Amino acid sequence: MENLADQYTHIVGWGVDADPKNDPTYPMKHRTDEEQKGYSWERPAQQPEDIEVLRSIERPNVSAVFGTSVPPQGLSGQIRRFAFRYSESSYGHWLPLLVADRVNVVEGILDDLKRGHVPNIFAEKGMKADWKYNQKALVQTVVVGALITTAVVVLFRNRKNALS
Amino acid sequence: MLAMNYRGPRRVRIDRKPFPEIKHPEDAIVRVTRSCICGSDLHLYNGNVPDTRVGMTFGHEFVGVIEEIGPDVHNVKVGDTVLVPFNIACGKCAFCKQGLYGNCHESNTQATAVGGIFGYSHTAGGYDGGQAEYVRVPYANVGPTVIPPDMDPDDAVLLTDVLPTGYQAAEMGGIQPGDTVVIFGAGPVGIMAAKCAWLFGAGRVIVFDHVEYRLEFVRNYAQCEVYNFREVDDVVVFVKKLTDWLGADVCIDAVGAEAAGNAMQTITGRKTLLQAGSATALHWAVNSVKKGGIVSIVGVYGPTDNLVPIGNVVNKGLTIRANQTSVKRLLPRLIDHIQQGRINPKAIITHRIPLEEVAEAYHIFSAKLDNCIKPVLIPPSARS
Repeated sequence: MENLADQYTHIVGWGVDADPKNDPTYPMKHRTDEEQKGYSWERPAQQPEDIEVLRSIERPNVSAVFGTSVPPQGLSGQIRRFAFRYSESSYGHWLPLLVADRVNVVEGILDDLKRGHVPNIFAEKGMKADWKYNQKALVQTVVVGALITTAVVVLFRNRKNALS
Repeated sequence: MLAMNYRGPRRVRIDRKPFPEIKHPEDAIVRVTRSCICGSDLHLYNGNVPDTRVGMTFGHEFVGVIEEIGPDVHNVKVGDTVLVPFNIACGKCAFCKQGLYGNCHESNTQATAVGGIFGYSHTAGGYDGGQAEYVRVPYANVGPTVIPPDMDPDDAVLLTDVLPTGYQAAEMGGIQPGDTVVIFGAGPVGIMAAKCAWLFGAGRVIVFDHVEYRLEFVRNYAQCEVYNFREVDDVVVFVKKLTDWLGADVCIDAVGAEAAGNAMQTITGRKTLLQAGSATALHWAVNSVKKGGIVSIVGVYGPTDNLVPIGNVVNKGLTIRANQTSVKRLLPRLIDHIQQGRINPKAIITHRIPLEEVAEAYHIFSAKLDNCIKPVLIPPSARS
């Protein structure tokens, strides 16, 4: 190790944390065997359940604290409730959650419109940054998009004219 | 207050939201002075993490000032400037008592596999995060740590996740003096893993990515070898050639679900979500490591399944070590490393962006515009 250190004098701190005892499980886990006593620790005070919290069926209770960001609601909420009938080991849990996330996006747009806010999708996608840092690619995308749209419109018009 | 608001895949905006409230006797309210966008936020941003609900505020890397505390908070006081580890940990359960603060059993009702994480979907507990002016911080006796007066807040904010995660990636590698360490990914975590691998006595540190400016940065910052995987025919064979045909002693996956480099993985993992993210980096790690070697995983994947060559893990007798980082356990050592000048985390910050421009910030980071490595969001109150 000392001989090796001579080769790395150009690297500040080389080897200061070298630890020959670092084999699997050490020191990521300080063995206390606490888990062998089961679910027996002194639990922190329980946060009041004043909103709906979906609970994994792999645990017997609500954790002592929990997030209150966005309680389940609407159709996506129904799908999420269904998903939580299944364990974390089941596709029946995760796939409905992904579906619920997509449904939730539509709900979000409808909710915006209901409140009189038309979401500015371009701003939400941060496209201003493209204009600032990626102008060439942005212009290319817009031009290609415009050409494709024009081609589709012309094609449909020609077909309509041919049919009439 | 102003807060980032998730509206759907690749759509976020700044909105006014109600101020957070004390919900539990051990809660604190923190006024955020800096928050980062993390590479793992991009998994949420891209809509890849199940139960990411519209209206949520992301952000698990932040520092700020304690504004209010619950009646049972004794370890910090109003006015303290604190860094807040991304894990929400009770300090009392069997897992916290073993130093596994990333695996707390009293902070996440929605899933048992992961503890609570700020602003990281309802699968990680449903907590609003720190890309806002204020944030609720549960278990304030455990997580929040007073920032030493001589420490730059830019260094402190990188102690909430990036530096500890890079350090733990190297630590989990069980690096022995002289070992060859290969790191997949030159994002912020990969950069820190490369830097930290030397602290454990690595003999050689090699980093793979395909983004040239990041490779250039890590080459200079961590004094390591770098290779663009797009410029080699086969990454695994290339590593074998670099390592006398035996493979690396330790391989680190510092990418996770967003990995590029393999069309099949990209289509099934990122485009169609048939697997829980693209496992390209993990695939390469398993196949590039030496027989009997160690693969360390800190890249984040979704909760379902991934295509990984598990047969080779058996046949090669590999050890796989992985976890969410136990930030609190590592803080004392890492604060010392910064104070002793061994690591300069703030050097990776490339962009300081007003919180109000959060949509642009996400896009810049996600699309790797303007040579972005690490963006920091600054709320209005911290700019004056």
